[in-house]
Amino acid sequence: MSDKLLEVRNLRTYFYVKRGELRAVDGLSYSIDKGQFVALVGESACGKSVSALSIMRLIPYPPGVIVGGEIIFDGKDLLRLSEEEMRSIRGNRIAIVFQEPMTSLNPVLIVGRQIAEALEIHRGLSRQAAMNEAVNLLKLVGIPDAERRVGHYPYQFSGGMQQRIMIAMAISCNPALLIADEPTTSVDVTVQAQLMDLINSLRTQFSTSIILITHNLGVVARYADHVNVMYAGRLVESGPTDVIYEKPAHPYTMGLIASVPRLDMHRKQSLRVIPGLPPDLARLPRDICAFTSRCRFTLGECMKARPLLEQVSENHFVACFRHRDISVMRG
Amino acid sequence: MKGNGSLIQVKELVKYFPVHAGIMRRKIADIKAVDGVSFDIRQGETLGLVGESGCGKTTVGRCVLRLYDATNGHVFFEQKEITQLKGEQLRCLRRDMQLIFQDPYSSLNPRMAVGDIVGEPLLVHRLVSRSDEYRQKVAELMRMVELDPTMSDRYPHEFSGGQRQRIGVARALATRPKFIVCDEPVSAVDVSIQAQIIKLLMRLKKSLNLTYLFIAHDLSIVRYISNRIAVMYLGKVAELTDSDELYDNPLHPYTRALLSAIPVPDPKIDRQRKRILLSGDVPSPLFPPSGCRFHTRCWMAKDTCRESEPKLTESGSNHWVACHLTM
Repeated sequence: MSDKLLEVRNLRTYFYVKRGELRAVDGLSYSIDKGQFVALVGESACGKSVSALSIMRLIPYPPGVIVGGEIIFDGKDLLRLSEEEMRSIRGNRIAIVFQEPMTSLNPVLIVGRQIAEALEIHRGLSRQAAMNEAVNLLKLVGIPDAERRVGHYPYQFSGGMQQRIMIAMAISCNPALLIADEPTTSVDVTVQAQLMDLINSLRTQFSTSIILITHNLGVVARYADHVNVMYAGRLVESGPTDVIYEKPAHPYTMGLIASVPRLDMHRKQSLRVIPGLPPDLARLPRDICAFTSRCRFTLGECMKARPLLEQVSENHFVACFRHRDISVMRG
Repeated sequence: MKGNGSLIQVKELVKYFPVHAGIMRRKIADIKAVDGVSFDIRQGETLGLVGESGCGKTTVGRCVLRLYDATNGHVFFEQKEITQLKGEQLRCLRRDMQLIFQDPYSSLNPRMAVGDIVGEPLLVHRLVSRSDEYRQKVAELMRMVELDPTMSDRYPHEFSGGQRQRIGVARALATRPKFIVCDEPVSAVDVSIQAQIIKLLMRLKKSLNLTYLFIAHDLSIVRYISNRIAVMYLGKVAELTDSDELYDNPLHPYTRALLSAIPVPDPKIDRQRKRILLSGDVPSPLFPPSGCRFHTRCWMAKDTCRESEPKLTESGSNHWVACHLTM
């Protein structure tokens, strides 16, 4: 399983706005293997979506700039490719599914044409052949009556169905990497289960690698092989899913897991609260651990430098000066 | 469902929204948002109301508060029917019943200082007469929701999502209500902030002796905060029971599917859970299916389910379910 498909190295994406320099992604490094399902977890504004857009080179400029780092995909650094070369990868080798299907689909174009477009551009299919392929894709993502539905407009579909269409578009060129950015936040739980099972089946059918960006720890537990936890633009912890849930090493990860009400939790059990607010990237001190103001383990050393990822066990990394002390304290 | 000790009683509540079309704007159909819902909420309890979008849970909350006028049915508050109240009587009632909204961004007036947002109900209901008393009450409300009273002069945009939701809670508390409808109060805030808001709501309920109707789609949160839970599907109550009982012993197939669709944030436990994957989407409330409304997605449906509508009946002690197959 050490067949690396994508490696992000020290990625830094900044936004230059009125309030100053927002370091949305500030030294992010991780990798994903072929056929692996990796979750990128964090709260809003932790940089998880910006990191995905950076991989696609879709950061709006201005105000956003990828100021440094490397994104190695298939042996090439995506950040050094020309716009032309990038266009041949985007939607073809790497595809993305966004959070809100209603705003991502073109409302005045039938869905068949929207799916067919990528097939014509990337796979050189004729208009008719691309349309036929679009029907097959709709069937694949479980849209009933696909022959008729291919000629419908987005508004004629429910939210869950629209998201299926987005998935059909994303997988149309059989991408090696599928990035799903909060794909199920705008749909109901029973539909969420359907969509996540569909995304997960791509991995087994086509050995697509999947990066799932989410704040839903339940979904992560059910589907991901590996979890990357982001806080203020960086990874604070990275490890195999079972290890992260059983032995989280970073206080933020522990806090996240303990602060979510669980379905199997009885009412008497109490929720642990992470105090304070998610960090404000414009005002965040940059040379100390970003989590100090909300952490109950903060000591002097946490205020002196920003911790780097350290290995705790096989494939398990944490960026915390006190992770050894904490693991002793927690037995 | 007797009314002993209950603060709210809802009987056969119906709310249809007419759909108009054509030049003459003739009524062509009804959206049957709520179609015969009954429950009661006991003094001091939290009743959770869950279901997927379009199931009518928000409409129920608004009918109970008289923000919508019910098409049919009755709502009682403290044993008094409120469905027909008007004018001054209705205004007085509003003091006792408040609402916390889902979206802390659109539910606060961006041009008002937060102190005035919190204090406005005091003026509307003439609960204060002097300005020093007003300021003091506002400060007290801000402190109740753990906000710094010196921030009263600031505007909503200067606050984070979680803080704004606290402002919404403080505003709801201003008139010292007995009953609050919490409509998805945490679904728009960050995960680490959700627990803070839930704990705040639970603490306030205890200290102010409140009764909640807690509306949400996230069954994990509803289970945590509620004493009892009503599961709604397409304008009907499918199941109603204690929150632990609902989890341990769900009877309605929809409840079972809903529970199984929610992953538990623990990979080892989640792998051992039984999965039921429902097919399709929720049908339109414009043309709800005949018989049991769930039969189009139910994997156990029989002919009777298509033909006749199941009534909500008590199947165990305090466990109500509307399904032909569980009888």
